Amino acid sequence: MEATIPLLKVDSVGIRFGGLKAVSDVNVELFPGELVGLIGPNGAGKTTFFNLLTGVYVPTEGTIALNGENLKKQPPYKITRKGISRTFQNIRLFSELSVIDNVKVAYHSLAKHAIVSSIFRLSGHFSGEKDMDEKALEFLRIFNLDHFKDEKAKNLPYGQQRRLEIARALAANPKLLLLDEPAAGMNPHETKELMNLIAFIRKEFNLTVLLIEHDMSLVMGVCERIYVLDHGQLIAHGKPGEIRNDPKVIEAYLGEEVL
Amino acid sequence: MTTLKNSKGFWLSIVLALIFFGIMQFSISSGMLNPFYINTLMFIGINIMLATSLHLIIGITGQFSIGHAGFLAVGAYASAVMTMKLELPFIIAILAGGIIAAAAGMVIGIPSLRLKGDYLAIATLGFGEIVRIVLLNIEYVGGASGMQVSHLTTWPWVFACVMITVIVIRNFTNSTHGRACISVREDETAADAMGINTTYYKVAAFVIGAFFAGVAGSLYAHNFYIIQPSNFGFLKSFDILIFVVLGGLGSLSGSVLAAILLTIVTTFLQDYPETRMIIYSLVLILMMIFRPQGLMGTREISTLFTHKKTKGGKKDGSHNTVA
Repeated sequence: MEATIPLLKVDSVGIRFGGLKAVSDVNVELFPGELVGLIGPNGAGKTTFFNLLTGVYVPTEGTIALNGENLKKQPPYKITRKGISRTFQNIRLFSELSVIDNVKVAYHSLAKHAIVSSIFRLSGHFSGEKDMDEKALEFLRIFNLDHFKDEKAKNLPYGQQRRLEIARALAANPKLLLLDEPAAGMNPHETKELMNLIAFIRKEFNLTVLLIEHDMSLVMGVCERIYVLDHGQLIAHGKPGEIRNDPKVIEAYLGEEVL
Repeated sequence: MTTLKNSKGFWLSIVLALIFFGIMQFSISSGMLNPFYINTLMFIGINIMLATSLHLIIGITGQFSIGHAGFLAVGAYASAVMTMKLELPFIIAILAGGIIAAAAGMVIGIPSLRLKGDYLAIATLGFGEIVRIVLLNIEYVGGASGMQVSHLTTWPWVFACVMITVIVIRNFTNSTHGRACISVREDETAADAMGINTTYYKVAAFVIGAFFAGVAGSLYAHNFYIIQPSNFGFLKSFDILIFVVLGGLGSLSGSVLAAILLTIVTTFLQDYPETRMIIYSLVLILMMIFRPQGLMGTREISTLFTHKKTKGGKKDGSHNTVA
């Protein structure tokens, strides 16, 4: 594993908001095909770190490289097209759009037909839309959401909304998938289903996954490596077993939950 | 399968619209319709164009712009200069009105669409006022006393322009590009994260909207013999905004319906100048109390009667009341 080139290389990245150092000096390397967890207490900077990776925030120090290409100052939509796609902690679906349209939006960057072609309804429009329709439906089938396809996204049950958000993120065709607390608010049954789903998509789509999670059974159960963030700094990283026994981690975060 | 159903409804509505056009054209040329009603008809057409073009910006893309009268003014003056000063044919003037307004839309849109919500509203309001005041101070176009324009706007022109506007906006909306715009409205951060170039689509919607407002401006200018900067104040922008909100944000047919209804209401209230504004405001207040989501909500007429489409309904509506 160590011999391959990292898919994502984060080199001493940090960001300041005014005088506040939200994240500083974080080094992370992800290798193709890995499933890595990012944990830490509330306010540790996990979501900020995701925002740095996806270009929502521009790091004030350090570099982020995907496949050796520096992502500095790339706008979020370009970073997505280069292969990093994400879900959000608080679900951000396009709630007034139908389930299938949500997925189709993610396909947009792959659309071949231009605005002019759509306005004048040239043949490119029809073939392009049909193509998207079929691909999106195929995706919904994989996620078992096809029978909801014409339902508005906001009308789905909570667990299905989470699934749809993951489906949408995958439709953007990422190499690296970032999941921000995918199991938040799910019951144990749904969490178990989610774990299976993550394992499945990882194989099926040949993905690298980085996931933020509070649910320790999920993190310890599926992740191969874990990074621990506290007060914006990495305090530990290693295999789940090592993390479980790391005194610094226990002190900062895990405490009674795991021991 | 849905596309097939939609296109059937689409063609049906085109046929209905053409029949309506024929009836109107016949009643106008045979003198059955008096000039007052003809004028109302033109006014309805122009307002439909204004409402649907703003619908694309506010209802679909979610960018709260209240300077639409600015684009109307740019189109009106640009086209008037084309016909009156440069003596070019009307068709060129219409296109020029649209293109120059679209250019104005791009110049305004690129910097101001970084702003969100209230801030964007204020910026666009400012734009509208700047246009008005600039026109007020250009002697070439007559300054405050306005500009004489010959009457060239006829029913076939208005009808053709309305049809093109509605069809183009419908086609744009029902495509991946329209979905990109809606995703910006729904959640800009998520749209960005899904690979949508949000700035591009905001500007695109703004430019297309401005283009059709400019075309409407050309028709407007050549319908009234004279245009003055005071015709394009911010109250005009609010009139257009009201069409969109009253019709239901996000509903194309709603904008069309509201434009028809409110134009008729205003026209008939002209007989009661003292109480006109009171009644008009009352209609709006009642409307907002009993149907805060607008006439159509976010739905389209096509979803009400599975097969009937936007334009069919619209033409029927104006037909019954005007003729």
